[in-house]
Amino acid sequence: MKYVEEFRARGLARKLSAAIAGEADSDRQYNIMEFCGGHTHAIFRYGVQDLMPDNVKFVHGPGCPVCVLPIGRIDNAIALAEQREVILCTYGDMLRVPASGRKSLLKAKATGADVRMVYSTRDALKIARDHPDREVVFFAIGFETTTPPTAVAIRQAQSEGLEKFSVFCNHVLTPAAIQNILESPEVREIGSVCIDGFLGPSHVSSIIGSQPYEFFAEEFQKPVVIAGFEPLDVMQSALMLIRQINEGRHEVENEYTRVVTREGNRKAQQLVADVFELRRAFEWRGLGLVPYSALQIKSAYADFDAERRFDVPEIKASDVKGCECPSILRGVKKPTDCKLFGTVCTPENPMGSCMVSSEGACAAYWSYGRMRAPEVVEVKVESVA
Amino acid sequence: MSAVIKRFPVRLDTRRGAVDMTHGSGGRAMAQLIEELFVKHLDNELLGQGNDQALFPVDAGRMVMSTDGHVISPLFFPGGDIGALAVHGTINDVAMSGAKPLYLSAAFILEEGLPLADLERVVVSMAEAAASADVPVVTGDTKVVERGKGDGIFITTTGIGVVSEGVNISGNRAQPGDAILVSGTIGDHGVAIMSSRENLEFETSIESDSAALHTLVADMVNAVGDIHCLRDPTRGGLATTLNELAHQSGVGMKLNEDAIPVNPAVMAACELLGLDPLYVANEGKLICICSPDDANSLLDVMRAHPHGRNAARIGEVGEDAHGFVQMETSFGGQRVIDWLAGEQLPRIC
Repeated sequence: MKYVEEFRARGLARKLSAAIAGEADSDRQYNIMEFCGGHTHAIFRYGVQDLMPDNVKFVHGPGCPVCVLPIGRIDNAIALAEQREVILCTYGDMLRVPASGRKSLLKAKATGADVRMVYSTRDALKIARDHPDREVVFFAIGFETTTPPTAVAIRQAQSEGLEKFSVFCNHVLTPAAIQNILESPEVREIGSVCIDGFLGPSHVSSIIGSQPYEFFAEEFQKPVVIAGFEPLDVMQSALMLIRQINEGRHEVENEYTRVVTREGNRKAQQLVADVFELRRAFEWRGLGLVPYSALQIKSAYADFDAERRFDVPEIKASDVKGCECPSILRGVKKPTDCKLFGTVCTPENPMGSCMVSSEGACAAYWSYGRMRAPEVVEVKVESVA
Repeated sequence: MSAVIKRFPVRLDTRRGAVDMTHGSGGRAMAQLIEELFVKHLDNELLGQGNDQALFPVDAGRMVMSTDGHVISPLFFPGGDIGALAVHGTINDVAMSGAKPLYLSAAFILEEGLPLADLERVVVSMAEAAASADVPVVTGDTKVVERGKGDGIFITTTGIGVVSEGVNISGNRAQPGDAILVSGTIGDHGVAIMSSRENLEFETSIESDSAALHTLVADMVNAVGDIHCLRDPTRGGLATTLNELAHQSGVGMKLNEDAIPVNPAVMAACELLGLDPLYVANEGKLICICSPDDANSLLDVMRAHPHGRNAARIGEVGEDAHGFVQMETSFGGQRVIDWLAGEQLPRIC
């Protein structure tokens, strides 16, 4: 596979592994937070950790859109799906996310709700065209990468006059979440989480560019390297971060130059700005209420906003008792620190959202890295100020 | 069936007609459907007995029996259809014991409104698959359900076969040190199905690998007396089947990703769809676990057979209390190969 295999080449991985071992100072610990679930997945799927020196650790961040959605919003989606006239369309992973009362969209589907899995917003629009008598609600989730297609869908629905199509918008913003993590007491005061630098998102950055990270790289003095999702990208970016850390720099560097520019995709940004505006605050699982961290549909497109078309109450729902998803999403705990991990919570029967998506840290640990679990339990992340 | 008297003045309209409830009623319409469609194409001496069962003599020895329901959507896909699949699937389940498959039964659940042309196409394909495998369908059943209560056609086939003396192939016989072989490229069937799904259509030259593997198995059993395990990695793919075997035998496994044969087009489609070919279904491949001393002679025999041309040695069995299947990735790291979780793609066989 041209242009893919080149980024998974074993020979280059060995060379990079040696370069990282040579660059990393054996007297200190390097804690690199990969914000994105896509990176978490790549690290586990390809066994990247095996090629890193022992003192370079990846701390898994909250960048899994399925994982960070609070239970209350999934309860909302189930309530929408259970309305007789509604067809609820969503991406596959959302179907299995546990909601309150051991429900999920998949279980709602089994008991009669019309829930359809779609691969893109185009599929949802097609369903709306095919069923003009039904209320077709697209349960939109995701970071900046999936937002432009939702914007396109809303504009398309307007121009086609699909009056019964609407979007239940749950789009969230990456920079706000990173800033929230850096401002959290665990990082700033308590020091129970030490993050020396960030692997910046790849697909998200293709839309927003590398510029938005410049503020907090400077403000919080943490280096950021925008990294592609292939395993060699991850290793090259780790090397770039280690160099910055060693040299005391805290810049935004771009490893993923084949896709990401400083400005990002202007056209996509304009589309998003046309359809969406900032929400005053949005609840993230793990992070709590984060100001200006999500989008809502502008009033010009109010007809296509499911939150205006239907009664969507604010639901305060709590996680399953013992579930450590919130701490895992902040990098405070590891999946293996959770009592439920691998006992009652497995990908077949997920109790928390991090066990659902392949981008979730728990699912990645369980599915790809379980043979390391006993050692992982003993590793404590040291605080290196 | 040459002796059957023409009881039906108007022939079954297999060009424009459709299945209706009378075709499952037990009455004349059903008799006509059986005679002019099923028996016409699947014809053989035992089916021609015309009874509710087939009567045949058996030799003394050990027999195997297996059954498999087929609910695939769509009914027709690149490289096959539900009819051929229903024949191949059950022949393979019987053959994975090292048996010679003898006979099949087929039960059809038809949905009201199914075009008879589609039904005939499926039955013709079944007949061709059975004839080319030399395993006839000797008895069957037909039921019709109301529109909306089925999805065109569901077919359940049952097969029986005989196992030669001394052949002892079972999922619990993998031993530390054993070699793990696979008969060819993985993931072709699942990707072919996906490419023809209504909401996912994409253009590809990938065809399902749907095939009967009993002659391949016969060659292997003839060459090496003591094969430990055979299994066809259907739903859940190579990964899930290896986990089943590891669990059943109480062993671990270590695979080498570089050695696992994957068609580049399948790899590309999986990349696009976010799937892992290790978990994608196959319908014409087998996994063989054998003593390392037998591995090379088995590979030679497999590669000499049309269904084993791309056979490869992909790993080995080891001791592991956890029963982990692990893999050295092409990238140079290690990972667990877990059971398939959830549902990668429904109704693929």
